[in-house]
Amino acid sequence: MDIHEYQAKKILSDFGVTIPRGGIVYSPENAENKAREIGGSRWVVKAQIHSGARGKAGGIIVCNSPLEVAQATDKLLGKKLVTNQTGPEGKIVNRIYIEEATDIERELYLGLVFDRSSESIMVVASTEGGMSVEEISKEKPETIIRSKIEVAVGMQSFQARELAFGLGIEPDLIRRASETIIGCYKAFSELDATMVEVNPLVISKQKQILALDCKMSFDNNAMFRRNQVSELRDKTQEDAKEVFASDRGLNYVSLDGNIGNIINGAGLAMASMDMIKLAGGSPANFLDVGGGATPEKIVKAFKLVTMDEKVKVILVNIFAGINRCDWVAEGIVEALKKIEVNVPLVIRLAGTNVEKGNKILKESKINYIEANTLEDAANKAVAALNK
Amino acid sequence: MTVLIDKKSKIIIQGFTGKMGSFHADEMIKYGSNVVGGVTPGKGGSKHLNLPVFNTVKDAVSETGADASILFVPPAFAADSAMEAADAGIKTCVAIVDGIPSHDMIRIKRYMRRYTKSSKMTLVGPNCAGIISPGKSMLGIMPGHIYKEGRIGIISRSGTLGYEAAQQLKNLNIGFSTSVGIGGDPINGSSFRDIIEKFETDDETDAILMIGEIGGPQEVAAGEFAKENMKKPVIAYIAGLTAPKGRVMGHAGAIVSAYGESAIEKVEILKDCGITISKNPSVMGDTVKAVLEKM
Repeated sequence: MDIHEYQAKKILSDFGVTIPRGGIVYSPENAENKAREIGGSRWVVKAQIHSGARGKAGGIIVCNSPLEVAQATDKLLGKKLVTNQTGPEGKIVNRIYIEEATDIERELYLGLVFDRSSESIMVVASTEGGMSVEEISKEKPETIIRSKIEVAVGMQSFQARELAFGLGIEPDLIRRASETIIGCYKAFSELDATMVEVNPLVISKQKQILALDCKMSFDNNAMFRRNQVSELRDKTQEDAKEVFASDRGLNYVSLDGNIGNIINGAGLAMASMDMIKLAGGSPANFLDVGGGATPEKIVKAFKLVTMDEKVKVILVNIFAGINRCDWVAEGIVEALKKIEVNVPLVIRLAGTNVEKGNKILKESKINYIEANTLEDAANKAVAALNK
Repeated sequence: MTVLIDKKSKIIIQGFTGKMGSFHADEMIKYGSNVVGGVTPGKGGSKHLNLPVFNTVKDAVSETGADASILFVPPAFAADSAMEAADAGIKTCVAIVDGIPSHDMIRIKRYMRRYTKSSKMTLVGPNCAGIISPGKSMLGIMPGHIYKEGRIGIISRSGTLGYEAAQQLKNLNIGFSTSVGIGGDPINGSSFRDIIEKFETDDETDAILMIGEIGGPQEVAAGEFAKENMKKPVIAYIAGLTAPKGRVMGHAGAIVSAYGESAIEKVEILKDCGITISKNPSVMGDTVKAVLEKM
């Protein structure tokens, strides 16, 4: 789960990281007032969407008067911003963050992620803040410093100090820089984050160390014990079909193609998508109804896939284990009584009681194309598309 | 020897009296697994499915001599249950449960560092189908009848894709020594490398089929291990050719976030390690068969 910049900054500030003064607004009038309240003579108006690279997309505007702040807010609110991370459809701006402008002396990079090889938390830092971490590792890899943190004992002061000295921070600021790094680590480890990225982390001309921009992601599996974090979810930033799916316990990812998929198990779903591609087609979605593939889940899956106007063929591939094929077939027949499907439907059942399952499908009145193997299913789906 | 479990393995069910625990305990018993009891804190002393229920894993181990366990406890309590099993002296523990927080998995792995290699429990999963040694024992939730007895070892992150492979091999009259589902989470108890090493020393296994997917370093780590240390042939399929970068594909661990984690990159690296690649998921069986014929 991702959150907005302003939410991430609030969290960091609770963990002792200094952030520029700012506030969230929802209207130009609101914005003008907020700018006066913050004070100073320059402000930054920042569109809040779940994406980086907002600056290049016009989502960040520097203003010299409260009136300009109001105008910039007016310009951004309700707009769809397209960045290199949002995809061509972009993301809608519903919230604006107004912040005092910072006099920047140096821009640094600080990121924390899970390292799956060492099964620890990896801190990555660089003197080249402001660039994405991918750009830094391509163009200035020699500036990257890393530190592996043992989760059982947490981050030690010396580790934070080493990073701070490694970034060339002047001696007077080392203590504050270490506190900042440890604050980020604590936010990561205490809130079940999967990523904390402060980019840039800046040293201001006034010798303050500030988190100027921040991104955070959290472990969906841990949200049951993180109420305060899960409340920060903003569904307007997610694909509508993905929200529909996740609210119903389905794993769904929207893709660009036109063959809709309903499959049980994530691995089998990815494998089926691979077969579709090899057969010359393109999947419209990834959809895992879960290993069990209960009839209720199958109904929801049909509802979801038929919502997608791109879908020209639906491919159902269920490998029934403990849940037998006859039961799955009954689920499909039930689903098709409730949901109208106007595109060709290819169904492949495999596993326990496959003969019984196929018999139920045949004897029902549903209109479908039977497939026997993974390859057969993909070929038939692509063929149906070309008819 | 057999990898991880055999006919004599004494199995307990953690979360025995719940709906999932009861159902799958019954399936395992029907398959012929030697289930000796279960644990549900607070219900110790009672009977369930005609087997004794204990309050703690320690009690279960001391009363029944159990050496294997399977977890059917909710995600929030799974880490605790796994550590309890490790502490009680269980040798092989399978965590079926999907949804354990990554921070909890790291905690389990750190906790287990206190044991020496010989006394350390092998944790398989979470978010997996479990282990089956066809004809001997099943410590999992798979449909046992699709696994034929034989001499192939199989390791899979995905449950249903593992079933698909088992079915393809069965249709070619090829069977398994053991199938291990290591699960779809980013941090898991046993990696491909951990299990592949066990198969290399198993005298009942001739070749290993490894079914991986996008995300994480484990397939590559296993490939590098195989290149340096293995004599038995390894065949691999990697799912997720069409998966977009940066998106989680169902399994929490199936996300491409670094170089070497996409399906194409993994395939290239594994080829360099001398591993035979099944070029698509519909020929996993045929690819294994071709390798066996060359042996």
